This record gives sequence, structure tokens and C-alpha cells, in this order.
Amino acid sequence: MTALIDRFNGAARRVPTWPLYILCAIPGFWFFYLGLTGGLGVEPIKALEHKLGELALQFLIAGLAVTPLRRHLGVNLLKFRRMLGLVAFFYVLTHLLVWLLLDVQIVSQIWADILKRPYITVGMAGFVLLLPLALTSNNWSVRKLGPKWRQLHKLAYVAVLLGAIHFVMLVKGFQIEPYLYLAAILTLLALRIRPARRKVAI
Amino acid sequence: MAFRWTNDLTRADVTPERLFLNRRQILGGLAAGGIAGGLGLRAEAQEALEPNTWEEITSYNNYYEFGTGKDDPARYADSLVTSPWSVTIDGLVDRPGDYGFAQIMEAMTVEERIYRFRCVEAWSMVVPWNGFELADLLEMAGVQTGARYVAFQTANRPDQMPGLARPVLDWPYVEGLRLDEALHPLTLMATGIYDRPIPNQNGAPLRLVVPWKYGFKSIKSIVRITLTEDEPPTSWNKANAREYGFYSNVNPEVDHPRWSQATERRIGGGLFARRQPTLMFNGYDEVAGLYEGMDLTENF
Repeated sequence: MTALIDRFNGAARRVPTWPLYILCAIPGFWFFYLGLTGGLGVEPIKALEHKLGELALQFLIAGLAVTPLRRHLGVNLLKFRRMLGLVAFFYVLTHLLVWLLLDVQIVSQIWADILKRPYITVGMAGFVLLLPLALTSNNWSVRKLGPKWRQLHKLAYVAVLLGAIHFVMLVKGFQIEPYLYLAAILTLLALRIRPARRKVAI
Repeated sequence: MAFRWTNDLTRADVTPERLFLNRRQILGGLAAGGIAGGLGLRAEAQEALEPNTWEEITSYNNYYEFGTGKDDPARYADSLVTSPWSVTIDGLVDRPGDYGFAQIMEAMTVEERIYRFRCVEAWSMVVPWNGFELADLLEMAGVQTGARYVAFQTANRPDQMPGLARPVLDWPYVEGLRLDEALHPLTLMATGIYDRPIPNQNGAPLRLVVPWKYGFKSIKSIVRITLTEDEPPTSWNKANAREYGFYSNVNPEVDHPRWSQATERRIGGGLFARRQPTLMFNGYDEVAGLYEGMDLTENF
């Protein structure tokens, strides 16, 4: 098992990150193309909106999984975490743009929705929290902010939770899928909690 | 009592299915040329009622007994056995009993009704239904004085309806109308679309269509109709009373708590479809009298 993980880590080290940005963004463009050509059914706007929202949650969860995977299984995907976070942000942003430009369309209604509809307020809050994280996901910002960078990026935990709650709140009737996302996120957050250290190292 | 309500137009007059596109071009030409004021207005009314295609009507459905995805019903509803079929009519009626589908069809006069259909989710279609007035079916059973409401129930067959395995709603699906709403000439029991038998995903073999109410009131695949004295429970109201009222009349003034009802999107406009204003009672002003003196914000 350990040998397998070591081999996996070794292989992962050799994978360049930049092509993965393109690879992970392809589904978004693919769904947009499907929407244009009838591949998303007769109501492509909602379908595209939902697909992008789900992809956003999936990449957020993937980003959240990096630390527990390393800590508990020794799988090291740390070098991909920035990529996962930025791709997630790309999907959150395109999800929001589809909602603004294709779905609601009417500016006054957009404002009313953001203020009056709790599930949209929650979703927007998640987006706003991710904004500074996306803007500081670069080496320059990491250097510049120093220890504050780590503090700032803990906002991701809140943002991801808000994303899942947004999903839970928007479905009609009792549906299991959004709760599965929420459960995955809560599990990944719980795995981060370290038991208080008794022994002091070194 | 058939033919108590007529479309401003029927499809037979102006819109043979394969000529939709041609007609659209012709109307476009008319509008551009500005030919005859009166004609222009009439043309606009026709345009607004141009039915959605068979493919649109039968591929985008809410029928949670087959799953919550819009394409789930089209994919899974084949498993529903619709023949033989009978509807139990009971409660405050003179002739309670099981009415076979064939027996009902023999007694009813089927006509075409092209109705706007507005979903509570703020999308809409125009559907050329075939069906008969609910009033005629109720007359067949003989409504007793004292009956004030009509309760409906959808088939509840876990072996044929995979969605029933999930507790999305409290199954079976139930709906209800006030008796005067049920007897209104607009209220239809649909058995067909585009002169073909209604497909399973649209509620075969017979379903309610109440065009001035949100779509979920138009209960599908009905197995039971009960005349009652008291307001019957309705599924979405039971699931979330704050969001779904008993009346659920289409009303652009009363928002769903989670989204605006002021506008809607016609299915079929593609990725760049514009929203259009939602009409009070979905444009069926002739039902306004049913609610005279009622506060429709309270009784949403």
C-alpha cells in the first residue's frame, strides 16, 4: 500500500499543472456547446446553469480533499490544489454569469433576487468570499501576504459550505443529492480538525 | 356540456404542425410590412398561442414519480401500465364506483384545447390538448349537494414508478380544486396531445389541466376523484405550505418565496431565449369571477 502511494506520488510529481487547467475547464465549454446545439434538452439555460453549479461544487470538494488525503493516506496532491481551486472558481463564475445573463436577464430582478431570496443570498455570499481567494492564488500574493495568506484562504471552508447550503436550499421537495454534497464537505472539514497535541515535538 | 369554451383560434385554422415555421416567416413579413392594423393585432394573438412542438412537450416534464430530472419521465415512464385503467369516483356523488377508461371515453366528447401551460418554476409552454371537460365527467357520477371540493389522486405503483422509492413528496400525489373551479368550462381532463394519445410522461391515460393555475395543480395519471365537503390536502402544500398554496393561481404579483413569478421563459427558445411577462391567471381572465372578494395574496 505504502509502495503504491509512493509510486503514485512520484508519478504525480512529474505531471505538469498547466495542461490540467485546460483539461478541467473543457467540460464547461462542452456543456455550453451542447446548450447551443440542443444537446441539453429543450430548456438549455437551466440545464447549463445546474451543470456548471455542480461542477463548481465538485471541484471545490476536490480542492478540499487534498489536505485530508495527504494527512491520512499520505497521497500528495498539494501541487494541484491551486489549480483545483481556480478551476472551481471558474465554474462558480460561469454559473453566476449564466444565471445573470441568460437566466434572470433583468437587472432589477437580479438585485431583488440577491436581497430577497435566501438561497441566492447564500450563493452570492459564497462567490464574494471566493473572489479574494481567486485573486490571491498566485506566487506573488503568497509571498506578499506571508502568514496572512493561510489565514485568508481558510475562507474557502466557509465558501464551500455556503455553496452546498445554496444547493440544499434550491431544490424542490426532499431530494438526496444536495445532502450528499453537504455530507462530503462536512466530512472533509471534520478530517481537518486535529486532536489537541499532547506531546510537543522537537 | 362540451365546447363551452373555444380558443380564439384552433390549430386547425391556422397552424398545421408542419407549417409552423412557414407561418412564422409569413407573420414576420406581415409585421415588417405593417399590413392592416387590425390584422396585426390578431396575428400577434395567434403568435402567442403557437403550440410547442411534440418533442418539447414530451421531453421536458415534471413527474416526480419517475424521478426529479426533467428528462426522467420521458426516460422511465414507459413502465407505467395504462391499460386497463379505471378511475374511482367516490365521496359525495350519486353513482360512486370504478369507471373504466373506455367507458368514460365512450360517454365523453373529446375536443381540442390549445392552452398556455405555466409551471411554478417560471417556465411555460403552449400545449394542444385533446380532452373533455371535467364537468362532464363529474356529471356522469352525479355531484351531490353538499359537495364543495374535488380531490384527485395519482396512481401509486412503486413497481412501475421508480421515483416513488424516494421520499421527495408524501406519496401518492394528491391535488384538489374547489367545486366551482372544477366545473369551470376551462377545466379539462386531457387524454391526448396533438391528436395522439397522451404519452405516459405527460400523465397517461388521463390527467387534469387547469390552465390558469401553476402546472403542479394539473395532476397526472388520475386513479381517484373524490367529492368532498372540506378542502382536501394537496401534495406540494403538504410539502411546503409557505411556498405552495391550495389555490396556486398563476399570479405575477405574488412571488414564490424563492423566485419571482413576474416573468416566465417559453420552452423552445434555446440558450438565448428572452423572458416574457407572466399574465394574471395565465391570461385566462374569464376565471377572475371565481375569486371575487378574495385576497389572492393571502389565498395564493
